Amino acid sequence: MMDLLNILLSESFWAASLRIATPLIFGVLGALICERSGVLNLGIEGIFVVGAMCGWMTVWLGSGLWGGVLVAACAGALFGLLHAILTVPLGLSQHVSGLGITLFATSVSYFTYRTALPNVSSPPRIEPFQALDIPVLSDLPFLGPVLFQQTALTWLALLMVLLVWYVLQRTALGVAIKAVGDNPDSVDAQGLSVYGLRIGAIVAGSALMALGGAFLTMSAFDAFFFGMVNGRGWVCIALVIFASWRPGKALFGALLFGAFDALQVRLQTEMGALVPGQIFLMAPYILSIIALVIAARSADYPRALLTPWFKGQR
Amino acid sequence: MAENTVLKLSGLSKRFGSVVANDDVSLTLVKGEVLALLGENGAGKTTLMNMLFGHYLPDAGTVEVADANGVLHALPLGHPQAALAAGIGMVHQHFALAENINALDNITLGSEPLRSLKRNRAAARAKIDGIIERSGLKAPLDVPVGQLSVGERQRVEILKALYRDARILVLDEPTAVLTPQEADTLFSNIRSMITDGLSVIFISHKLREVLEFSDRIAVLRHGRKVGEMATTDADEAKIARMMVGADTPKVARQEMSPGAPVLSLKNVSVSGRSQRETLDNVSLTVNANEILGVAGISGNGQAGLAQLIAGLVQPSSGTIAVDDEDIPKPTPSRMVQAGVGRIPEDRHHEGIVGAMSVAENMVIERLDDPDIQSLGLLRREAIADNAVKLAQAYDVRGPGVDASARLLSGGNIQKLILARVFERAPRLILANQPTRGLDMGAAATVGRRLLEARARGAGIVLISEDLDEILGLADRIAVIRDGHLTEAPTNNREQIGLMMAGAAA
Repeated sequence: MMDLLNILLSESFWAASLRIATPLIFGVLGALICERSGVLNLGIEGIFVVGAMCGWMTVWLGSGLWGGVLVAACAGALFGLLHAILTVPLGLSQHVSGLGITLFATSVSYFTYRTALPNVSSPPRIEPFQALDIPVLSDLPFLGPVLFQQTALTWLALLMVLLVWYVLQRTALGVAIKAVGDNPDSVDAQGLSVYGLRIGAIVAGSALMALGGAFLTMSAFDAFFFGMVNGRGWVCIALVIFASWRPGKALFGALLFGAFDALQVRLQTEMGALVPGQIFLMAPYILSIIALVIAARSADYPRALLTPWFKGQR
Repeated sequence: MAENTVLKLSGLSKRFGSVVANDDVSLTLVKGEVLALLGENGAGKTTLMNMLFGHYLPDAGTVEVADANGVLHALPLGHPQAALAAGIGMVHQHFALAENINALDNITLGSEPLRSLKRNRAAARAKIDGIIERSGLKAPLDVPVGQLSVGERQRVEILKALYRDARILVLDEPTAVLTPQEADTLFSNIRSMITDGLSVIFISHKLREVLEFSDRIAVLRHGRKVGEMATTDADEAKIARMMVGADTPKVARQEMSPGAPVLSLKNVSVSGRSQRETLDNVSLTVNANEILGVAGISGNGQAGLAQLIAGLVQPSSGTIAVDDEDIPKPTPSRMVQAGVGRIPEDRHHEGIVGAMSVAENMVIERLDDPDIQSLGLLRREAIADNAVKLAQAYDVRGPGVDASARLLSGGNIQKLILARVFERAPRLILANQPTRGLDMGAAATVGRRLLEARARGAGIVLISEDLDEILGLADRIAVIRDGHLTEAPTNNREQIGLMMAGAAA
């Protein structure tokens, strides 16, 4: 019991939680934007892989780190555009299209990686983002190590939470996105383009998802591995429901999951002799499912989620 | 006259596949007038207005709209944005409101540039407040629209149009969801907007309100305009004749003395998932040879009552008896066996299985009948014979009894359901919104069949939001409000309306 308390009070635990949460924050925000406009994007898992691969490879080919981030976002946006074309004007099943995008994007990423590096056994490394050492603030007790020694991408993720919240809550664009996810007819009747709003939301959301992937290869690690995304995309899909489609709650959900994950790593080392390690690996997912079951009962789904809309059909 | 014309539709035509929805329709609207557009379901009223508003692109014809100076300009067709800019506002029958944002946001949606990072809500609010003051259309602006009443939502819809400086307002069946009192308020609001320079087209098939509130009447039938007249020259019979193309047979209803109780509910409560499915301590009796009309605004427990009688929900307390026999745990099959025939509200989804054939749908409630199956195998010939016989007797028209039931029109689907239900000679008939969305001809058939069943000795529960239908058919009337059922007088429209609104007991 004392051990648990020690873990929860340690700076490294909270720093790790925030670090683990960062890709999830990008992913949840991306999925949230798509779903707020009424379209589920199950391509998220594959878009994570694309973002991880493109970001890493751009830097490996000689670009700067931010160049890699930009390329990752653009690649994600491109796959988002494909999903948008299939599901919005063509109105195909969002589930089928999304899963297809995940399979396609994952395979294309692996293929590209293997084609570029046919004969390497250990993945080549890049110089990743370093902790942003902010003078004075970094020296604060507790908060300093937790908050002010994260990389620039973590700060970008937190900034994105604010940005997405501001757009949804305070701008005409945000109102239109929320409206098109609730009742596309309301948007159409006011002379706005349902297709334009939805396609735009999916493209922007997918770019954010890809940043989550880029964080893995450019900040958390320094190389690209097969299977490194490891279901993070699916976790984001669940977290959106947990967050009730709100950016603030999305941040909270991602942090909660990050904390579960950081905790299981530490408990594993503390108590590994008593309990099989797999139990700890499962723990964050089991806890997420429990949290989701509780939260989803009162979830307020965007009413038009999953429903295609066609111009001229009322 | 000519310089007062604010809207001129010329030769508009529209086909959907092989169906002609509008054929060469021309119409003019004069400044400050209320034009009623009448016609049966499927006559092409809504299609015509959707072309005017740019939702549909017409196959032929032109629309001209007057600008603020009264000069007519051709309107680019197929673009809602252009119609909005030209000063046309449309209030759809199914409200085009996003329920997760408030009224203010719904009203201003699309009028602010999407790129701007800040909104000027104060200016928008001031403008809306001004419109509310002039028109009398009161609605809360800061609550999510999902929490507003139907009447409030409709006012938000009209405010939306006025906020865009509409000079021409199109209302598609505006009173379909309102109580008589709310409808009166709406029309008096419209009157005060007219004096502000607005012109109005409203679609309706309630003859009473058309005669009371319009200046001029245009009638559509089968997509063509078949007549136009000043309201002062019109009367109900004349309009009805024009709409249907012939005199409608008035449903003849003879007095009957009620027989033994067929259905009795004693202190029944149902705890539903929402208000529309909840009943609170309801007692009622329906006798043989009697139609009980249940009036009420939609969502006040009608769904709960219907589900209860259909056996779809269990009462949380109280007893339900059919033919004096208690049914302790009602299920759909037990209710059917007890002699209940059901005409469900949502005929497309609950009344038929769309993917199955018309013939199969006609026997779907008696699959255990040895005439229909033996040893678990369906007797296809018997099913087909039965279908041909019933289709003829009940005038079910369509592509044939082997075709999928979903290919039938709404009126014919309802006739299919009537055939299935009435052939079993049920003791009790639950008719939930049986004529909603049907044209006058099909609605008259439903009414006639219900009266025939009554004459045969059945008891009937007629749930309807159309007060005229209830007043025309029911022997007794009860009003449902917030899950409570209250007996009402059978001849006092005013008082029933007040009871529906909850204003008086």
